Amino acid sequence: MELIKVKNVKTAFGEKVVHDGLNLHVNEGEIYGLLGPSGCGKTTLLREMVMLQEFQAGSIEVLGKSIGNIEEKDAQELRRKWGVLFQFGALFSSLTLRENIALALQEYSTLSESMIREIVAFKLDLVGLKPSDAFLYPSEISGGMRKKAGIARALAMDPKLLFLDEPTSGLDPISAREFDELILQLRSMLGLTMVIVTHDLHSIYNTLDRMAIIDNKKIAYEGSLKEVISAKNDFIQTFFRDTI
Amino acid sequence: MNEKPLRIDLNKDGLSLDFSGELTLYNLTQAQNYLQVNKFLNTDKIIINLDHVEYLDTAFALFLTDLERKYNAKIECEKKNFLHTLELAREHKKRLNEKDSVHKKNIFEYFGKVFYGNYLSLVSFMEFIGKIFISFLLYFKSIKNIRIKEIIFEINESAVRALGIVALTSFLIGLVTAYQAAYQLRLYGGNIFIVDMMGISVFRELAPLITAIVIAGRSGSAYTAQIGAMKITQEIDAMRTMGFDPYIFLVLPRIIALIITLPILIFVSDIMAMLGGIIVADLSLDLTPSLFLDRLSEVVAIKHFYVGLVKGPFFAFLIASIGIYRGLMVKDDTQSIGFNTTKSVVESLFAVIVCDAIFSIAFTNLGI
Repeated sequence: MELIKVKNVKTAFGEKVVHDGLNLHVNEGEIYGLLGPSGCGKTTLLREMVMLQEFQAGSIEVLGKSIGNIEEKDAQELRRKWGVLFQFGALFSSLTLRENIALALQEYSTLSESMIREIVAFKLDLVGLKPSDAFLYPSEISGGMRKKAGIARALAMDPKLLFLDEPTSGLDPISAREFDELILQLRSMLGLTMVIVTHDLHSIYNTLDRMAIIDNKKIAYEGSLKEVISAKNDFIQTFFRDTI
Repeated sequence: MNEKPLRIDLNKDGLSLDFSGELTLYNLTQAQNYLQVNKFLNTDKIIINLDHVEYLDTAFALFLTDLERKYNAKIECEKKNFLHTLELAREHKKRLNEKDSVHKKNIFEYFGKVFYGNYLSLVSFMEFIGKIFISFLLYFKSIKNIRIKEIIFEINESAVRALGIVALTSFLIGLVTAYQAAYQLRLYGGNIFIVDMMGISVFRELAPLITAIVIAGRSGSAYTAQIGAMKITQEIDAMRTMGFDPYIFLVLPRIIALIITLPILIFVSDIMAMLGGIIVADLSLDLTPSLFLDRLSEVVAIKHFYVGLVKGPFFAFLIASIGIYRGLMVKDDTQSIGFNTTKSVVESLFAVIVCDAIFSIAFTNLGI
């Protein structure tokens, strides 16, 4: 089943065209990568998928709902079905990790305080954080921990779909590989579908099932890793040449 | 570099500049001066010969291409690497020229851009006000939506903690105005009129304005900085993706908190400024506090007090909405927080004063 369908999406900032007719789809259970040179609009496309950014033409369908012209009620419903991890975690700096993760549960569910505490502890454990970390503020933890906590918060409502914006950037190689491992584990444990914006070659090889490479306002390639090198595109050739 | 790098021959074909030695930025000025002082450059035909040159750096190459362009000089050179350097300099000049022609803005374009920029920011501010209005409607649709906890938190942050500074400033302003007036009034024995003067000016104008100014400087700027920082760390994006409308969580609680508290702060300011007036009246005009208060309730109508209070919510809305709007305008760099904080204070003070002027005209025409 296709969870995300992007059709002919066009984006422009003023006169600068970023996307000129993008088409792609993400299947259920996939780890899908958005790749491309800097400034090609990967993150912009991700932001469009989660309704942070408007696009000028075309349509994007997420979990069966077209988000181009969506009603506020449907939009809210959709937002509970996905989780987003931002590049720097974007944890709410005035709340502890525990409160960060619990926030959505408190707002959207009628769960008891003790149940929420239990869920938070579980989510922290799932992403590999210690129970004692729950009482720290985002400014007191490292970048790697912040990303893990960000994932824990994104997972709070048990979403089907997870968007990750450069999850391994700014991490040391060991933490980055651990993070790849975590992504794979989460998929097998929770059956998540993930859309990842990344530059990290190791992550690309370790985690991605399929990918779209955006170059020069278009999709230069969509498909699996095996056939990517056959694509005739300068960026793809330089990016993958030495490694395949 | 004593050795002159230049030999000059003047023959009937024109001027031949024969450079030799190392041509670098160290002897560039020397060569320039030499050429200028001797006015060689007025000749029609200049030939620059580089055959005896051992080294040419880019600075000198730029100078030579300059000569080439300005005086139609011809450069003769056979060494490949020099030609390469010269070509580099020529290309750079060309690019510079292209850019120059694009970059030349005339005054109309400049003002046009400024006006259009201001027009766009006005439109986006209108959009913001519209969104606030819609959020208000959604907000009050059900009691459950109202976030009492956030509102109370903001009341404490932006008003209760500002109580001290508002009280102190108002007290001092009351003291100063009364003191200045006392000196003038005593000249013609109109001591008692200090009460009329203080009553009307403080209640109607001074207290609301001072409170608004202190709050704009203290709480309005804090709103901009807080929300701007949240924008940079993508916290606002995170809220949106989680389905928490920032307008309901961040914007409205702040606006509501300020709308509730500004009239109360104005009331405190009234009391403190009057206290300053009473002390001055007692000390320098021999007007006892009880006499002051008797006269106050006799001559100053209660409407003046209400007029001051009514301005509170309007000022509060302006200060809070401009502060938050500026916070939301922060771009992804830290410079922009400072820039927008400054703007937020300046703009909200300006808006408050304009609003006050409008009130003043309106109330006068209404006979209040």
